[in-house]
Amino acid sequence: MDILTLFVVIPILTITAILFLKDTRQVRLVSAFGMGLQLILAAVLMFLYLSARHAGKTDEMLFIKDYLWFKSLNIHYAVGVDGISVAMIALTSLVLFAGIFASWEVEYLRKEFFISLILLSSGVFGFFISIDLFTMFLFYELAVIPMYLLIGIWGTGPKEYSAMKLTLMLMGGSALLLVGLLGIYFNSSPDGNQLTFNILEISKVLIPLPAQRLFFPLTFVGFGVLGALFPFHTWSPDGHASAPTAVSMLHAGVLMKLGGYGAFRVAIFLMPEAAHELSWIFIILTSISVIYGAFGAIAQKDLKYINAYSSISHCGLVLFAVLMMNKTAMDGAILQMISHGLMTALFFALIGMLYGRTHTRMINEMGGLMKVIPFLSVCYVIAGLASLGLPGLSGFVAEMTIFVGAFQHPELFYRIVTILAVSSIVITAVYILRVVAILLLGPTTNEHFEHLTDAKWFEKISVVTLIGSVAAIGLAPFWLSTMIGKSLQPIVDRIIALNPF
Amino acid sequence: MSLGTFLVMRHELLLITAALLVLMAEIFWNPDKKRYISLFSVILFGIITVVGFLPSPIGSLFGSMYVTSGTRLLMKNILNIGALLVFIQSVTWLKKEENSEKISEYFILLISTLVGMNFMISAGHFLMFYIGIELATIPIAALAAFDRYKNKSAEAGIKLILSSALSSGILLYGLSLIYGTTGTFYFNEVAALFGNNNLQILGFIFFFAGMAFKISIVPFHLWTADVYEGSPVNITSYLSVISKGAAIFVLIILLFTVFPVIIATWQKTIYVTAILTMTIGNLFAIRQQNLKRFLAFSSISQAGYILLGFIGGNQLGMASVIYYILVYIFSNLGAFGVVIAISNVTGKENMDDYNGLYHTNPKLSLIMTLALFSLAGIPPVAGFFGKFFLFTAAAQKGYYLLVLIAVLNTIISLYYYLLVVKAMFINKGETPIEKFRSDFPTRFALGICVAGIVVTGFASIIFEVIKNLSFGV
Repeated sequence: MDILTLFVVIPILTITAILFLKDTRQVRLVSAFGMGLQLILAAVLMFLYLSARHAGKTDEMLFIKDYLWFKSLNIHYAVGVDGISVAMIALTSLVLFAGIFASWEVEYLRKEFFISLILLSSGVFGFFISIDLFTMFLFYELAVIPMYLLIGIWGTGPKEYSAMKLTLMLMGGSALLLVGLLGIYFNSSPDGNQLTFNILEISKVLIPLPAQRLFFPLTFVGFGVLGALFPFHTWSPDGHASAPTAVSMLHAGVLMKLGGYGAFRVAIFLMPEAAHELSWIFIILTSISVIYGAFGAIAQKDLKYINAYSSISHCGLVLFAVLMMNKTAMDGAILQMISHGLMTALFFALIGMLYGRTHTRMINEMGGLMKVIPFLSVCYVIAGLASLGLPGLSGFVAEMTIFVGAFQHPELFYRIVTILAVSSIVITAVYILRVVAILLLGPTTNEHFEHLTDAKWFEKISVVTLIGSVAAIGLAPFWLSTMIGKSLQPIVDRIIALNPF
Repeated sequence: MSLGTFLVMRHELLLITAALLVLMAEIFWNPDKKRYISLFSVILFGIITVVGFLPSPIGSLFGSMYVTSGTRLLMKNILNIGALLVFIQSVTWLKKEENSEKISEYFILLISTLVGMNFMISAGHFLMFYIGIELATIPIAALAAFDRYKNKSAEAGIKLILSSALSSGILLYGLSLIYGTTGTFYFNEVAALFGNNNLQILGFIFFFAGMAFKISIVPFHLWTADVYEGSPVNITSYLSVISKGAAIFVLIILLFTVFPVIIATWQKTIYVTAILTMTIGNLFAIRQQNLKRFLAFSSISQAGYILLGFIGGNQLGMASVIYYILVYIFSNLGAFGVVIAISNVTGKENMDDYNGLYHTNPKLSLIMTLALFSLAGIPPVAGFFGKFFLFTAAAQKGYYLLVLIAVLNTIISLYYYLLVVKAMFINKGETPIEKFRSDFPTRFALGICVAGIVVTGFASIIFEVIKNLSFGV
């Protein structure tokens, strides 16, 4: 079996093992073991990938395996990775690993919880390794559905409403996506050869322009719904606020990145001409996402809502950068996906831990936590600083790259939207610093809080994993940036060859 | 002409033999042995189902009034599998006191409807087709009224027979117009003589309306919900899967072989009816509380999706329709199987009764979830593949807007399927259904359904075989 398929097989084996466990206390151990293995595998994959590149392999995708599945429609089970997918896989395994430890204390239906969580992750892994649009779509939907149960059963607040809203909106996105993918498929061979779902093969031909104009918006919006594109973002605040900790982590950290990744790997890569023509509409929408999300976060009082709106803002930035369609901005987009994935997972983990202690998420009901639970508070400050783009942490690298890339366009339109988007950094600083000030500093407002205990060992594992990664990217961004950049080169070359600026 | 040529009719002959054997058993067996009739019928039918898959001669009989081909045999085999599942699912219900006198009737009537379906699939002549369709409908009406002491059941029987009589009337009127303008009832001759003559198109419209009654395509669906609710659950599942499947099979064969000339006309008809059927079926399903009514409306909307496979008139379309029916058999019978299992033990059929089911009967809840996800078209179960192929078939001919409407409809359907999932997993039941263990036949049938739901999708060979046997206009 090839190394990429293992990424889907290990979660499935873990699920099978959990199914046969009698003792529910072992469930989390088995999950942690399985996902630890997945993390190691991701590290091995990254090492193999880098050494293969170092040895001079210049193919667009490496470790390609291709099995014919449905012959008459030429559907394959085809996997392969480039630097971008390797980075996303590493991100997913990190967040998942941290997520398992963050949900260490789930009591209610523990077995089912971990099974759904891991099932969801197998969809995500499958999505990132696929290079066949059919399997990609299959895994995409597989990742969305367990969400309903995860939020509906283990969530808080208006969980049933949020779960239904989230599921239906995301499936609505995938409805548009399905039509888009079928459109791509039936135009994948203009000169009458075998039609194909394979991304690499489709990228070698040119989809006719009228078809691109029709299917690019469908595909882009389809992925954009998951990437919280304005005005299709409304599932996100409710969904994130109601979801249990680990699910918020995975959802904001990884699942929303599926949208960004798909928008760029499928919509823009395969239909670059229409993307160039229509990008102005989506640039306006994503700029709105960026600013609106940030302002939305200021207005909120619930920690999870604040973070959900900030995710809309940051994920909007990903789509914004992707649409700039030059190498620097796209490089920044990928970095932002990874950086935001780690950072927001860290945020949601910390919020979950605070909520578990204080039983409230309202910022005005908390205060002075720094004295009582210093470890968690310091971590919260670090997450906040990463989010507002402090140099030395990952957020700075990503956002800086995006804005430099966006500013490379000389046209007035691009200049204006870039300046508007940059202003979100200031707004981000407002809500982050405000929360830090009210929540952590100042006098302890509630005497009940005096007796809170600091992080337990499993919480420390979860948090330290994420902070370590955020700092690693912030301090040494170039190895990651180089890996991504090399894989971006052929994609950007294709886009620029078709749309000379 | 030797007797051997009759082997072309092997499916029908086997079924008739089986019906006669069950009848003989009823007459000659001692009263104390009669409780084995269920077992006997199921085993007999199981053998028939297996034998059906053996290679068989193809050809025509009676001056090509009766035709078989690889496609038709495949359709019959698929119907056999579905009917076998229904048979197994009925065993527990037939053990009930009030049904003990009627076991053999049940099987004989069901088998004779199946004979009718086989004849209408194999028809090469409109008379044969009409006889088949009547034989497939009338015994069902008797079965719908099987719980004769219940008013609702009797009402369902009457409603079914009246509406099907009406639809047969419409159908016959259409056929008479077709006969009047072509002077023949043989399919191949009608196909050759058919043109874009107004009277012929009128005849086709009446014919289509008659068939639409049988498939319960909107606006001819009004009988469905009441009949489904009133009939015993097993008959409801048979009606919604086997009867509907057979009618769809026949319609696609007739459209592709007899009416290819007016493809432009029926494409428009199907375009409109498909949208109406999906949308109205889905919107009405949202508000249903009784699970039988709920599944009735869901099966109306499923017929709407299936029409997407018709519209292109392409080989892929026919393959996807046949494949989807196979998937639909497993999924719908899985969902009905759970409803039957619970109804047998507790008599409860409402969605509220399912609140908190996961905590008492986790396995049944999981099967129900799997079946509903398959109906909604969620990966990785077979329904996803089925829907994907249907949509691909329509997209192949450029019906992207129709596909978009259909996929948006699947979102609506997902909403109400999730309501059931929500009831089972999330809602807290005040009086949840107690934990119980179903008996062997129920578990066996559900096991087959689950295996079918999981395997049919991944095993690409099934689709490839179906694709090779299909044909386009």
